Amino acid sequence: MRAAVKRLAARFFEGAIVTFARFVCAPRVMLDEPLDAGPSRVFIANHGSNADTILIWAALPPEMRRSLRPVAAADYWLTSRFRAFIGRDVFRILPVERDPEARTGDPIADMASALEAGHSLILFPEGRRNPGPERLLPFKTGIYHLSQARPGTEFVPIWIDNLNGVLPRGELVPVPLICTLRFGAALVLERDEDKAAFLARAEAAVLALAPDAPAEDTPQEVAHGA
Amino acid sequence: MALELALLFGGLFLVLIVASVVTDYIAPRIDAETLANLRDRLRAWWAMIGILAVAFLLGRAGLIILFAFCSFAVLREFFTLVDRTRADHYALFGSFALALPIQYAAIWIEWYGFYSIYIPVYAFLLAPVLSVLRGQTEGFLARVSQVQWGLMIAVFCISHVPALLSLDIPGFEGRQILLVAFLLLVVQSSDVLQYVWGKTLGRTKLAPQVSPSKTWEGLIGGVLSASVIGALLHGLTPFGPVAAFGMAFLAAIMGAFGGLVLSAIKRDRGVKDWGHGIAGHGGFLDRLDGVAFAAPVFFHLTRYAWTP
Repeated sequence: MRAAVKRLAARFFEGAIVTFARFVCAPRVMLDEPLDAGPSRVFIANHGSNADTILIWAALPPEMRRSLRPVAAADYWLTSRFRAFIGRDVFRILPVERDPEARTGDPIADMASALEAGHSLILFPEGRRNPGPERLLPFKTGIYHLSQARPGTEFVPIWIDNLNGVLPRGELVPVPLICTLRFGAALVLERDEDKAAFLARAEAAVLALAPDAPAEDTPQEVAHGA
Repeated sequence: MALELALLFGGLFLVLIVASVVTDYIAPRIDAETLANLRDRLRAWWAMIGILAVAFLLGRAGLIILFAFCSFAVLREFFTLVDRTRADHYALFGSFALALPIQYAAIWIEWYGFYSIYIPVYAFLLAPVLSVLRGQTEGFLARVSQVQWGLMIAVFCISHVPALLSLDIPGFEGRQILLVAFLLLVVQSSDVLQYVWGKTLGRTKLAPQVSPSKTWEGLIGGVLSASVIGALLHGLTPFGPVAAFGMAFLAAIMGAFGGLVLSAIKRDRGVKDWGHGIAGHGGFLDRLDGVAFAAPVFFHLTRYAWTP
């Protein structure tokens, strides 16, 4: 009974958050390659706003959203009962301890087993929010270690555009603006690729999706009810 | 009135059915991309006319809510493309949170003396104040002008469509909703007919730097044939057939200018469409550019000449 109420409440919050995010951001999803339900994979995106996770999560079609687990800080999400409910039951986050000194578990192993279980992950390899003005901070090594722990893992780069305009850092109220999410082609760690080369390739793949990056060809667009 | 609306929407749905059948018939002879776009556009027309039919069925409230939503969507598209900095955050926020709802509330209570000057006077002056308080002067005039333009086009101009409902025209009481239908029909059919005339007879480019596909033949043919449609539909209006032709001509020509001006803005901003809200058409403003330019002029001329 309690579990059923909780599930119902989670569905309600999911609907409310998705509706609000789409109302404010009218997210436009652009795909360089068709994005099928496919295998579990890791979405890697630039990180300029606190709302990045919510936007990716809300922009994806429901069947993909259900298998998605945003990787998020345990010390933020699991502190109060309400936050824990939103984090665990609505966003279905994969909590990680940020402080390497204090942590007990192994985040890379947790991510690998979530992927094995058929979930997809959202990761921000910059490791923290980018305050600008650089377009992208150097990537942390986590994605490389994850590739080693689980060879063949697909990383799908995403560029999130304009969300910073909706809610600039430090502002209290959002301004409705159209945000664009451009998804690139998946990349996989190659057999004899070293850490630096893989991270550089991943950074380049994310940056190449930015609107003023030199475009190769126009990506196809998916329509969805916004 | 209910009969006129039923006939009007019946007619529109009939046109859509014919257009869908014709599209299927010519499908083998056109290239895949054009066909996909044509089908997207048609599907969007079905949806738009369907939504309009529901709004008309709900009457005044339905139309005011529908156009308030259109204003919101257009404002969001417009502000997405303007030059803005952190300093403009409150001017932008105030446009959505204050200017838009206040304008539509004034339309709702039919306060003509307020809704006809609120944006050009009060919002015009307050928006730059909100920006200047944040103290950044770089590009100031350009930034505040763009906010003001967004408010004028998206909120002020578009709100003059439902404002037609508040006109008290002797002998036309309770039928103002038909005037809204007349304006929308004339402007949108002029747009479609300009495309058709342009595709079939277009030779002389109108403004190749702004909009390479627009031609003088398309403009003249489209505007005149939309004016003829307007004359034929004079029964929906308080105008006689000749005046209906004139008013339709005015709405159609303003609509054509609106399309041109807003195309120039798109070109300046380096985009092809205002947004992606309406498949095949682009954004809401791509569909409402003509309506935005036509509505206030149509409104004021009707008010000047037909109300006491």
